[in-house]
Amino acid sequence: MKLSKRRSALVATGLSAALLLTACGGGDDSESGSGGGGGEGGTFSIYIGEPENPLIPSNTTESEGHQVISSLWTGLVQYAADGAVEYTGVAESIESEDNTTWTVTLKDGWTFHDGTPVNAQSFVNAWNWGAYSPNAQGASYFFSNIQGYDELQAPTDADGNPTGEPAATEMSGLQVVDDQTFTVTLASPFAQFPVTVGYNAFYPLPESFFEDPEAFGTRPVGNGPFQASEDFVPGQGFTVTRYDDYAGEEAAKAEEVEFRVYADLNTGLNDVEAGNLDVLPDMPPDALAGAEDTFGDRFIEAPSSGFTYMAFPTYDPRYSDKRVRQALSMAVDRQAISDAIFSGSRTAADDAIAPVVDGYREGACEYCALDVDRANQLLDEAGFDRSQPIELWFNAGAGHDAWVEAVGNQLRENLGIEYTLRGDLDFSEYLPLQDEKGMTGPFRLGWSMDYPSPQNYLEPLYSTAALPPAGSNASFYSNPEFDSLVQQGNGASDNEQAIELYQQADDILLEDMPIMPMFFDLEQALRSENVSDVVIDVFGDIDVAAVTVNS
Amino acid sequence: MGRYIARRLLLTIPVLIGASFLIFALVYALPGDPIRALGGDRPLAPAVVAELRDEFNLDDPLPVQYVKYLGDLVQGDFGTDFRGREVIDTIEQRLPVTIRLTIVAIAIETVIGIIAGLLAGIRRNGFLDNLVLVSSTIVVAIPILVLAFVAQYVLGVKAGWFPIAGITEGWYSYLLPGLVLASGSLAYVARLTRTSVAENLRADYVRTARAKGLPNRTVITRHTLRNSLIPVVTFIGADIGTLMGGAIVTETVFNLPGIGRAVFDSVQAQEGAVVVGIVTLMVFFFIFFNLVVDVLYAVLDPRIRYD
Repeated sequence: MKLSKRRSALVATGLSAALLLTACGGGDDSESGSGGGGGEGGTFSIYIGEPENPLIPSNTTESEGHQVISSLWTGLVQYAADGAVEYTGVAESIESEDNTTWTVTLKDGWTFHDGTPVNAQSFVNAWNWGAYSPNAQGASYFFSNIQGYDELQAPTDADGNPTGEPAATEMSGLQVVDDQTFTVTLASPFAQFPVTVGYNAFYPLPESFFEDPEAFGTRPVGNGPFQASEDFVPGQGFTVTRYDDYAGEEAAKAEEVEFRVYADLNTGLNDVEAGNLDVLPDMPPDALAGAEDTFGDRFIEAPSSGFTYMAFPTYDPRYSDKRVRQALSMAVDRQAISDAIFSGSRTAADDAIAPVVDGYREGACEYCALDVDRANQLLDEAGFDRSQPIELWFNAGAGHDAWVEAVGNQLRENLGIEYTLRGDLDFSEYLPLQDEKGMTGPFRLGWSMDYPSPQNYLEPLYSTAALPPAGSNASFYSNPEFDSLVQQGNGASDNEQAIELYQQADDILLEDMPIMPMFFDLEQALRSENVSDVVIDVFGDIDVAAVTVNS
Repeated sequence: MGRYIARRLLLTIPVLIGASFLIFALVYALPGDPIRALGGDRPLAPAVVAELRDEFNLDDPLPVQYVKYLGDLVQGDFGTDFRGREVIDTIEQRLPVTIRLTIVAIAIETVIGIIAGLLAGIRRNGFLDNLVLVSSTIVVAIPILVLAFVAQYVLGVKAGWFPIAGITEGWYSYLLPGLVLASGSLAYVARLTRTSVAENLRADYVRTARAKGLPNRTVITRHTLRNSLIPVVTFIGADIGTLMGGAIVTETVFNLPGIGRAVFDSVQAQEGAVVVGIVTLMVFFFIFFNLVVDVLYAVLDPRIRYD
C-alpha cells in the first residue's frame, strides 16, 4: 500500500475564502503558443510533495517518493496501461514449473548510472538488505513470501523489543546461478509472482549503495531513464538528467526534469497558471469542478488504482450479521455522493477489485447498487436496532468529513437511522484503534495497489493471515472458504485460471460484505503549454520519461 | 553592561532545559502511535516496528527518553527523524530560509511602519493619519492565509510581478512573502509609532526644545522620534523572535522550505527529536532578541542603566 501524502490539511479550511476572492479571475489561456513539434531534449518541472524518506526503493512506501524513484529505476518488469505485465524491464523471462521456484533471467547490457552492470547479484543483495529487519525498511513485508524471510527478522521479547541479531543475513530462497540468472524460492506457491516484481521494493541496487546507504538516499543511483545529477534537498527537490546509456526501450524524451517539492497543491496550481511549473500530478479538490472547461486538454484524467471503502467491525455483535452489512451498503447512493462531493472525480465502486486490474468485473457487487426497499427488508429480517445511532469513523484532517457525512445522511434518509460522526482521530491513533478492535461502526479505509493483480485487492485486506497487527484486515473478517480460494488462485497453473479463482473469492467476499466498497478513484493531472505527452500510469504516477518538451 | 549581558545569557541555560523538557513531554503526551502511522494502511513488518521503537526509545518512560535525548545532545547529536535524516541537517537547511524571510519582513515593517506612523503622528487627524488608520485596520482584520493567497494570485499569477513559489530567484523570492508576513505587524508598528509620537510631541521637553529655537526637523528626529521608539523596538524585538519560529502559513503558501514547515510536519508525525531540537532553538532566539531589545533601550534612552 502506498500511503498517499497528497492532502492539504493545513490550508484546506481557510482556503475557500481566498478562492472566493480570486475566483473571478478564472482560467485565461492566452499565454504563449506551444510553437514547434515536441522533439527530444529540453527541461521541464514537475510538482512533488515532500517524500518521507531517503530515496531508497525498499523504504519508499508513499506516493511522492514513488514518483521520484520510478523515474530513476526500471524494475524487472513494467506494466502496460491496462496493468498487463510487459517484459520491457531488466528481466528477459521469469519462469516456474511449480509456481514456487522461479527462475529469473536478466537481459544483457543493463547498467547502473555509475556504469556498473545490473546483474543477478544486484537484485539478490538488494532484496536481502530490504528484508533484513535491523535495516528497518518500510517495504520489507514484500519479501515475506520468499523462503528464509523469517530468519532475517530479529527475535523479540514479549514487549516487542529486539533481543538480538537475526539468524541470517541472506534469504535461503534467493540463489544466484550466474551473472544473468537467479532463482527465487517462495514459501508458498504464487502464480502471479512475476506481476509483483515491478514494484519499487524489488528494484536492484548497485555495489555503491552498500558502502554508504545514507549518502545513496540523497543521491540515488538507479538503472532507469533518468539519473540524479545532484543531491536531493528536502523541502526543495532536485534535477535529474537523461541517462544516455539507458538499456530500456522507452528512453527519456526530455534532457532534464526538475522535481520541485511543494507543501501545498494550490500553490502548485498557481505556479502552473503563471507558467512557472509544467506538470501538476494532482489537482486540489476545489479546482476539479469545471477543470475540463477551464484547462481544456491540459487537464488529464485517468482511472487510478485507489479504492475507498468503509469496513465493518465484524467483531461488533451489531455488525456481525451479514444481512446488516448488505443492507447498509445497499442504502448508499455512491454516485450521488461522488457527484455532490467530489465533482464526479470518483467512480461508484461496483466490485472490490479496481477497474485498472485485469479481473475487475462491472457490477460484481450486488449489494453496492442502491435498493432502499430491499435494504429495509434485510434490516428487519436481521432484527437491527434502529433506535441507536450508527457511528461512522474516519481519520481526521484528511478531507473525509464531507463524504462520510453524506453517507450518514443517506442512511438516515433511506433507513431512518441516526448517525454520529467519529472523525476526530489522527492516523496515528486511528490505525492502532482499528488494530485493537476498537471501532464501533463502519470505518473509512483506502487502498491503492502495489502491483496490478486482483490478489493485491484480496489477500492483504481480508485473508485470515492478514489479521492485525501483522496485516491490514481491519474488519477482522475470516472465512476459510475465501482463504482457500485465494490460495488456490496463488497456486493456479496459469494467469487466467488464477484470475477466475480470485473472482470466486471476490464473490464470497461480496456476499459476506465485511466492507462496503465506496469509490474507485480517478487520478488528475495538469500540464502547462510547455510540455505534451503527459500520461498517468497505472500507479497514478506521471510517466516522466514519456513527457516531451515543446520547443 | 557586560555583567548584565553575561548574567542574562547564563539565565538562558535553565530556561532552555526547562523548555526542551516541556516540549519533549508535550510530544510524548500526544496520543497515538507514530510508528504505526508510518506504514499507513498496511502495517510495517513486526520486526521492523520493533527495530524502530527500539532505535527511538519509544518504549521507555518519559524521563528515561528525555535523559537519553539530553545525553546525545550534550555530545552534539541532535538525533534523527524516523527516516534517519539528521535533525541538525534539517536545521542547517531550513534556518537560512527562515532567517532571510525574517530579515525581509522586519525590514519592511520597520521602514514603512515607522515612516507611516511618524507622518501620521505629526499631523494627527490629517489625511495621512486617517489613511494609515483605515488601511492598517483592514490589513489587521484580514487573515494572513487569505492575504497570502490573494497576493499570490493577483500580484504573482495575474500581474506576473513576483515569483509565486520557491526560493530559486534569491532575495527577490522573499519579497512578496515578506510583504505578506510583515503586513500585520506593519500595521501595529505604524499605530504604535503614531500614538507614541503624538503623545511625545506634547511633552515638556519638546516644548523646551522648540523654545530653544531648534529647527523642527531636529526636534522631531532627535528628540521626539528617538523617545517614541521604545515601545516600537520592544514590539519589533518580540516580532523577530516570533518570526524566527517560522511562519507556517506564509511558508506553506509560498512554498518556502523554512523552519516553520519543518516543525509543523514533525509535530504531525510526532517526531520528538525534531520538534524539540527546532523549538528549543526558537526559544533561544526569542530570549536572545529580547536581550538585544533590552540593551537597545539603554541606547535609545540614556536614563536607562543596567549597572
